[in-house]
Amino acid sequence: MVKEEQELANRPDNTAFTQQRLPAWQPMLSAGIVIPGFVLIGLAFIGIGVALFVTSRSIQVLELDYTGVGQNSPCYKCTYPNVSNCVCDLDFSIDSLFKGTVFFYYGLSNYFQNFRKYGVSKDDVQLSGDLTNFKSPSDTCSPYVYDSNNQPIVPCGSIANSMFNDTFQLFQKINGTKTLVPFDGKGIAWWTDYNIKYRNPSVTPLKNAFNSTVKPIFWSKPAYDLDISDPANNGFINQNFLVWMRRAALPNFRKLYGRIDEGVYAQGLPAGNYSLAIAYNYPVLSFDGRKKVVFSNVSWMGGKNEFLGIAYLVIGSLCILMSIVMLIVYAKFKFPEED
Amino acid sequence: MTWRSPLALVRDALRGQRAREKDLRNLASNLPYEGLEKAKQPNCYFPGNAIKTTKYTLLLFIPMNLFEQFHRLANIYFVGLAILNFVPVVSAFQPGVALIPICVILSLTALKDALEDFRRYQSDRKLNNTPCFIYSRKEQQFIKRHWKDVRVGDFVKVVCNEIVPADLLLLHTSDPNGVCHIETSNLDGETNLKQRKMMSGVCISDLTVQRMFLTFSCCREKPNKEKVGAGIESLLLRGCTVRNTDHAVGFVVYAGHETKAMLNNKGPRYKRSKLERKLNTDVIFCVILLFTMCLIGALGHFLWLQALPGVPPYLVPDGNGHLDSPSLSGFYMFFTMIILSAILIPISLYVSIELVRIGQIFFITNDIDLHDEGTDSRVQCKALNITEDLGQIEYIFSDKTGTLTENKMVFRRCSIMGTEYAHKENAIRLAVLDVPVSEEEVILNQQPRPPRIGWSLDTEDSNPEDKWHHHDNRRKSKVTGNAQSDAAFSSLLEAEVIPDRKLLQQISRAESSSSSRNIDPYLDFFLGLAICNTVVVSMATARRQRVSGFSRSDQTSSPLDTLSSLVKKSGSLQHIFPSWQHKPKKNRTISEDSVEEEDHVKPPVKIEGSGDTNKLRTCSLHTPSQSAMTPDNLSYEAESPDEAALVYAAKAYGFTLLARTPECVTVRLPSGEDLVFEVLDTLTFDYNRKRMSVLVRHPITKEYVLYTKGADHAIMELLGTPYTEYLSGKQKNIAANTQHHLDCYAKEGLRTLCFTKKVVSDKAYESWSVNRQRALAAIDNREELVMDTAVQLETDLSLLGATGIEDRLQESVPETIMALREAGIQVWVLTGDKTETAVNIGYACRLLEEEDLVINMSCGNKFACTSMLDCTLEEVRRYSEDPRNVDTTQNISLVIDGRTLTMALSSDLQKRFVDLAKRCRTVLCCRVTPLQKSRVVTVVREQLNVMTLAVGDGANDVSMIQAANVGIGISGQEGMQAVMASDFAISRFKHLKKLLLVHGHWCYTRLANMLIYFFYKNVAYVNLLFWHQFLCGFSGSAMIDYWLMIFFNLFFTSVPPIMFGIMDKDVSAEMLLGVPELYRTGQGAGEYTFTTFWISMLDAFYQSLVCFFIPYLAYRDSDIDVFTFGTPLNTISFFTILLHLSIEIKAWTVVHWVIMLGSVALYFIVTLAYSAICVTCNPPSNPYWILQRQMADPMFYLLCIITTVVALLPRYMFHVLRNSIAPSPLVKARHLDRLDPSTRDQCMKEWRSFRGIAHVRPFRLSTPPSPTLETPVDIHPHSSATSDIMWDERHH
Repeated sequence: MVKEEQELANRPDNTAFTQQRLPAWQPMLSAGIVIPGFVLIGLAFIGIGVALFVTSRSIQVLELDYTGVGQNSPCYKCTYPNVSNCVCDLDFSIDSLFKGTVFFYYGLSNYFQNFRKYGVSKDDVQLSGDLTNFKSPSDTCSPYVYDSNNQPIVPCGSIANSMFNDTFQLFQKINGTKTLVPFDGKGIAWWTDYNIKYRNPSVTPLKNAFNSTVKPIFWSKPAYDLDISDPANNGFINQNFLVWMRRAALPNFRKLYGRIDEGVYAQGLPAGNYSLAIAYNYPVLSFDGRKKVVFSNVSWMGGKNEFLGIAYLVIGSLCILMSIVMLIVYAKFKFPEED
Repeated sequence: MTWRSPLALVRDALRGQRAREKDLRNLASNLPYEGLEKAKQPNCYFPGNAIKTTKYTLLLFIPMNLFEQFHRLANIYFVGLAILNFVPVVSAFQPGVALIPICVILSLTALKDALEDFRRYQSDRKLNNTPCFIYSRKEQQFIKRHWKDVRVGDFVKVVCNEIVPADLLLLHTSDPNGVCHIETSNLDGETNLKQRKMMSGVCISDLTVQRMFLTFSCCREKPNKEKVGAGIESLLLRGCTVRNTDHAVGFVVYAGHETKAMLNNKGPRYKRSKLERKLNTDVIFCVILLFTMCLIGALGHFLWLQALPGVPPYLVPDGNGHLDSPSLSGFYMFFTMIILSAILIPISLYVSIELVRIGQIFFITNDIDLHDEGTDSRVQCKALNITEDLGQIEYIFSDKTGTLTENKMVFRRCSIMGTEYAHKENAIRLAVLDVPVSEEEVILNQQPRPPRIGWSLDTEDSNPEDKWHHHDNRRKSKVTGNAQSDAAFSSLLEAEVIPDRKLLQQISRAESSSSSRNIDPYLDFFLGLAICNTVVVSMATARRQRVSGFSRSDQTSSPLDTLSSLVKKSGSLQHIFPSWQHKPKKNRTISEDSVEEEDHVKPPVKIEGSGDTNKLRTCSLHTPSQSAMTPDNLSYEAESPDEAALVYAAKAYGFTLLARTPECVTVRLPSGEDLVFEVLDTLTFDYNRKRMSVLVRHPITKEYVLYTKGADHAIMELLGTPYTEYLSGKQKNIAANTQHHLDCYAKEGLRTLCFTKKVVSDKAYESWSVNRQRALAAIDNREELVMDTAVQLETDLSLLGATGIEDRLQESVPETIMALREAGIQVWVLTGDKTETAVNIGYACRLLEEEDLVINMSCGNKFACTSMLDCTLEEVRRYSEDPRNVDTTQNISLVIDGRTLTMALSSDLQKRFVDLAKRCRTVLCCRVTPLQKSRVVTVVREQLNVMTLAVGDGANDVSMIQAANVGIGISGQEGMQAVMASDFAISRFKHLKKLLLVHGHWCYTRLANMLIYFFYKNVAYVNLLFWHQFLCGFSGSAMIDYWLMIFFNLFFTSVPPIMFGIMDKDVSAEMLLGVPELYRTGQGAGEYTFTTFWISMLDAFYQSLVCFFIPYLAYRDSDIDVFTFGTPLNTISFFTILLHLSIEIKAWTVVHWVIMLGSVALYFIVTLAYSAICVTCNPPSNPYWILQRQMADPMFYLLCIITTVVALLPRYMFHVLRNSIAPSPLVKARHLDRLDPSTRDQCMKEWRSFRGIAHVRPFRLSTPPSPTLETPVDIHPHSSATSDIMWDERHH
């Protein structure tokens, strides 16, 4: 026998692999087998759905549009052309305690931060503090690279240029007196953006690094003046700047402006009347946009979103329904071999 | 090198060109010019013998390879896209990035090409450095050089078993008769020896060789023109192997690339599979889809811009602070969208298909069931791109001889002068041999076997024990001697003929009564048997060693191996010798030879001796003068097995062919006398004449005798006055009797041949000979003229007798045919044999069933043929339309002969014929020429628009094999021509079953599913980007990092589909073989259809919608940023696409798990690593730390789970419901597969028998064939009547 095998040099190897006989698991997709699976999935999904839904329900959200479209809107006056440094007060009241740490957002609608050319228009190297790109920013920033005097714009590009510049101050009105509700603007941007990705040039004072550069055209103050009070929140690592630079995925978005987590307000906003003083700078009506502010508390699943919970509930029940359908199918069409 | 004027160089170049182009080339010997610089030599214009088959050179590889690759339209498309991306106004990504995929694809392909080319380079180098002997004038002897040094005009010596290095004109051989034996297996695979003569007129002995060398010059024609003039019989072509000749010297006329072998060596053939043709239309669909999507994008962008009331801050003006008009932006957007969604056209599709096919071919060639133990050969896949066509075959066209049958011819019966000699003993012996030989016998043959009494002979001229040893030897030699291909057709089976007693007596009576001057027809018959052939005689001991061929360099067996195998063999045979005893009997004188010569066995001492002394260069010459020449150790090498069988038959009766040279044939008569016939001419066989003749001069009577043998119809027409002189009483009946016997033979399935003799008068010969010489010397129409002269001579033949040769069916042929038929494949047989032979074989291999209605079509003229077709068609139509027998229409079979076929295939009848043939279960075409075979295939393929497969083994099947969609060659007895022309080569017909039913089915379903999946995958992924456009103002922005997009296609999701295409196994092989019906799923449109394609497209749209909009709804109104939003999309899409594949995968093996889980791991590892490293790279995306953040968020997982489930739910449900409510046969089979083997077999049988009943249900014609019908429609068992009709019609 050994001799024979030697002589058959061309004989293929008789292994499970070459003969395609590897042991295999052959799942059969037929009604009888998938019913229990579907029941399990359905139950699990309903469970998750209920949890999500309940959580979402517990989240309080207060949205206030302040674009000023309507005549009786408090900010209507600010929408006149040629109005500058307009401040409008938005009054609102809260019926019950707004629990939480309350997060304060500003929101824009119909604003396409995901527009392709807009998204390209920045210089990551410059924003990481590289001084050579201060002098000659990347072409991607075009047309916001140099100003009319051929001075480099820092930070260059359309995203930076179009930074949202409304500012907000919240007051609680107790018996006619306004108490400032402080916003905590620290740590509203990504940790990685603040600590790694965006860097100020290691020049002190920071202002010197911006010599022979100009501020973006739409900006009212240069980058090194964004927050003079706190050098850790100035220049490129200004939290609001970072938040803005992280472009929104969808045309209707909100961006975090600050948290209300100090003093008496750490437990939330008590019921009562409030007034929001808005420095109305950012024009949106030209493109039919809307501005709003949002108060919200968050849970483990983020902000309020009932969709996911409902989706889980629907799909979970669908699975159960289908398992019932398949039970009927199975009863009617089951294979004779299976019994 | 001295300086030469450019003018002189140009002049020389022109002269060289002329010298090469001229029809006649003047060659001079190089010897007088030896040592001169190259330019001054007369033959310097002709190329050297070094060959170069590589496509590329080292320096020019990159440009040349790129040029090659850009012949592929898809590559140009992708480069065009990449270039488009460099145009700033339309660019979707960073300019360079779009180049990456195309670069990866191009470099992968280039790498593959480079490897292939390197292999070619290596084999070229090996070949060019093969040693050979060239004559050198300085050294006055042949010196050892390399092939590459051989130049036109050199004298080259080739020794035995060496390969001829260039096309040589044979000038001298060691053979006294001036012949050189060559084997051309490297060129055409034919293993029989062919003779080449020395140049006529140049007769030289060894001593004068040198002088001759100096003066010799010759004229040769240009290569590759059909007419090689008279030189072909003295031309040794490059690649042939010299055999049985110690050495030969030749003059190089063509070298290197000008040699015949190289000119004929065309590259691999390119066929495009049906699937691939369909695929290309789907690619066009994809292009249309792409353009639609881009148009929507462009239009959407335009409308979106139009609707804007003012200029928002996020619109970025160009460098001059100026915004493009909406229409222009829309126009630009069209191109941006094309770049963005370019991967909709699957760039890696073609590469993946190639990879899948390589894997499929690996598994096919590695199938142990398709390996033939007898010849130790695997299935060979020669065409690399039509594996999936194997799964779609609807018509099989099969050759008969050598394909359905063994092509091992056994002499069974003969009829001489109208008397039949049945050879009963021979039949009994063959019946014993027919008992299947189990393996134990092979093992057991080491031990003395107890004598078995199966049969006995009245003459007692051989004892059963001996026979059994022969049997064992046969088995043994089959097992051991297969690596070195044995002398082609000298297998022992056909050598064993036990003479018929009656005939023996007849011969001995004839011999004693007639003096040798008066030749008896019985003696003549056997002389004809022995002489009228082209069999070459060689010594059984001169075992040929296969020297490595051009392409098969791995087979070189070292002398040591062969020697050891010889010794081993002799060792195993030693056991037999003790029991080997001769029992001389009185009347054994004649048959003793036949018994003894049948063993290759010689005393072991002798083998060892020959091994020691001259190693394997044993090339003995066989001339009758040599005393070593005894009938015992003769072996015959014939071009066709019939010839060998006949020569062995003649030998059994004592007419031993001793030697054959071009000039003479030596035959030993039963009396012991050696007759040397001078061969005047050989009129070789061709398919038009269907006969061959040998013209000899009888040594004693000095008559010119023409022996002719051929197919009966070819001979019967040429009969002149019967053989009147000797048997005056019978003469009238001889022809009729012989014809009757022939019909009987044919009915038994024997191959028939007629033998005739003609005595040519001196005068007639003289005049004919002049004509013949003229024809042979002609340059134009040479073949035609030569054939005409042959026809001239072959008239007025007198019939001697006829022979019946059995060609046994190969094993498992009926089972295979049954299975193929159950698989819905129509099997046609196209054969050159007689109708009766073919019909008989048809019954034997269950192509025809007893209860079938056999329509026999044979008519003499076109009118008859037309009416017959019409009537039959009408009959069949009426029958099939009858509602009572809807299922049974299949059981009509058509038998048609070559002549009728020609008429039926003419353009006006073609449609009707095809219509009729379509309704028949099987069609047997008899007496067809090779050209007709290919015509039938072409007509059926084109008219019915079906997938055809042709299978054959001989040179006459080549055209058919090439005409069919899939050509299969059987590497059998008749050389390798069919194999070389084929797409797949198998060694037995039965392998067809597994090749088609299992591998064909697998390959097809795998590739079809893979392709559908591939399209789905790309559409599903690209559409994510498309939906995003609706939310970003149709600005062409992507929310997924471009690198990750590239990786997604190139790495994360590329391997699983390829694995799926190679390894998925929907139904087990046992099941597919057990229930051939499952094969039908691939036939016709198969699984890859318009519907399946669009269903999966729709599914892709649905899935992408879900994958995009569920995350969108979940993240709506939140503070999510672009790429953070894109990451879960990418992940969800990844899981959806992978899990979609998991639903499609039918059997999960370890490999599947590893690759699937590996892909998931790869995705996360690469993405995480990329997100961790890339801080500022690849703007505008900021992949930095995004996935890490997402993975820390429970929402990410919840989102992934629900989206994937929703995306896949419809497909999953679809599968589940379809499998439950309307399970396809494949699903049922898969269910059975899960049962334990014994239950499964039981179910399989039930299934098959259930179907089988429906198929083979007996039936009756609704109306019996009306007697008024003029056509010979006939139920087959009465076919003798039919054949009579046919015979009559032919003569009308």
